[in-house]
Amino acid sequence: MLSFLATVGIVSAIAAALAGVLVFAERFISNYGDCTVDINAGTRTFTVKGGKALLGTLVEQKLFVPSACGGRGTCGYCKIKIPEGAGPLLPTEAPFLSAAERAANVRLACQVKVRNDIKIEVPSELLSVREFTCTVERIRPLTHDIREFRFRLLDPAEISFIAGQYVQLLAPVYPKSSEEVYRAYSIASDPRDKKAIELIVRLVPGGICTTYCFEYLKEGDPVKFNGPYGEFRMADTTAPMIMIAGGSGMAPIKCILQHMQNIGSTRAACYFFGANQVGELFEQDWMKQCEQILPHFTFVPVVARPETAWHGETGLVTQAVARAYTDLSSHEAYLCGSPGMIDACIGVLTELGMPQQKIYYDKFA
Amino acid sequence: MNLSHEFGSALVVCFAAIFTGNILLTTFLGMCSFLSVSREVKTAVGLGAAVVFVMTCTTILNWAMYWLVLVPLQIEFYRFILFIIVIAAFVQFIEMVIERYSPPLYYSLGIFLPLITVNCAILGAALFMVIRKYTFLETIGYGFGSGAGWMLAIVAMAGIRQKLAVNRIPKGLQGPGITLIIAGLMALGFIGFTGVLQAQ
Repeated sequence: MLSFLATVGIVSAIAAALAGVLVFAERFISNYGDCTVDINAGTRTFTVKGGKALLGTLVEQKLFVPSACGGRGTCGYCKIKIPEGAGPLLPTEAPFLSAAERAANVRLACQVKVRNDIKIEVPSELLSVREFTCTVERIRPLTHDIREFRFRLLDPAEISFIAGQYVQLLAPVYPKSSEEVYRAYSIASDPRDKKAIELIVRLVPGGICTTYCFEYLKEGDPVKFNGPYGEFRMADTTAPMIMIAGGSGMAPIKCILQHMQNIGSTRAACYFFGANQVGELFEQDWMKQCEQILPHFTFVPVVARPETAWHGETGLVTQAVARAYTDLSSHEAYLCGSPGMIDACIGVLTELGMPQQKIYYDKFA
Repeated sequence: MNLSHEFGSALVVCFAAIFTGNILLTTFLGMCSFLSVSREVKTAVGLGAAVVFVMTCTTILNWAMYWLVLVPLQIEFYRFILFIIVIAAFVQFIEMVIERYSPPLYYSLGIFLPLITVNCAILGAALFMVIRKYTFLETIGYGFGSGAGWMLAIVAMAGIRQKLAVNRIPKGLQGPGITLIIAGLMALGFIGFTGVLQAQ
């Protein structure tokens, strides 16, 4: 028995001694001191303890470079430009980089280690993606199943976004859901208002995040979201615009219209808002006001089956578009809604001569 | 046994480990990295050199561990665990040192080190060294020879696979299939060396 314990003790002592050597080596040999990481020529800099892979270092700083393999160097997604401080190209990176990329100092962030001061370049969108904590400032019912949520930012206290972008709202664990989920919602509020955002949310029966928003979220509650994301935005042209979106799809369109007011845009724009019944229309007053402010903007609500007296357009929103135009070859379209609605709209728009590349859309996933 | 005689026997052991008892082609140890890193001669040379270095050092360390610690304490049966621990700790340590003090060496050789930690040929060499009761000098020869033999085999395989890359191979045999067949043919070829010497 004693000899049994003694042998276990000896083996453990040898293992511990070797582990001790490694801990010592880690502390003194792998100590690269403080290294400065400079992003996009001084846009953001931070100092970290050297020795770790760049990808992990950036994630610790809440800078989320896309990566699918978790830093094992097998997916090749985490490519970023590193003009200075990356060291020579590693054999583990070589298979993922073309000659042009090598010449442009593109590297894999998961393979490059931070051992000295390093300069990197990432797309600026990536830099502004942050995690925000905020409180619910106001919940405003818009229809029987659509509400507007206004969140006041706490940390960071300000957000910069482009009209048309979206954020990912966190639904935490609550009685009807056992896991955290993120859901994307377009920002509906004025881009000039950097201290708060507004989202338009439609209750999806059984939806984890929308149920959370409708049944559990109260004014004054804390919420978290990250963003902004997305390429949906007003193109920098002067072409007349056609906007089509119903229900909560109004959010990015409203934001773009607000942006047009902000910059004093004189572009021609026509917004077709589709609804089944008159009771599903909302923000009519805001749109009327917008018509007053923007010189060439018209708002066209289209009701499929009016339940009360209705003097406006009837039928499907696509039929209303087809009635209003004969040639759309020089127009641009901005669509937001369900995949079915977007595909139907693209069909009608292309029939009227609009080129595919002039149709911008934000599909509900 | 005088020193010159022992030195000669170490040379024989080394030569045997490279050719007649090639650890890769006679015992088929270290196959995983042999199959996965043998696409290019350049990387095969890098990995091979790392194996030569690690195998020489770890067999020496494990020889000392076995004869100076385990045998006096009569706990030889723990050699499997302790050899693995010594190999892992040594490779980790060397990786840190190379990374810090010789970046050029790290970029050409160091990044292969983590691959080698789990290479069964390294443990195999340490165990053979014990079974065959090599002396200290023979152990150096055996460790170096085994590593050099492994390197010879992977570099030869990489050369063949580079030629294969531009040739048409039946679909079902592409990749590991044809590589294993070639490894078998190479092993047959190395049997030709057994007539040279019988020592092990």
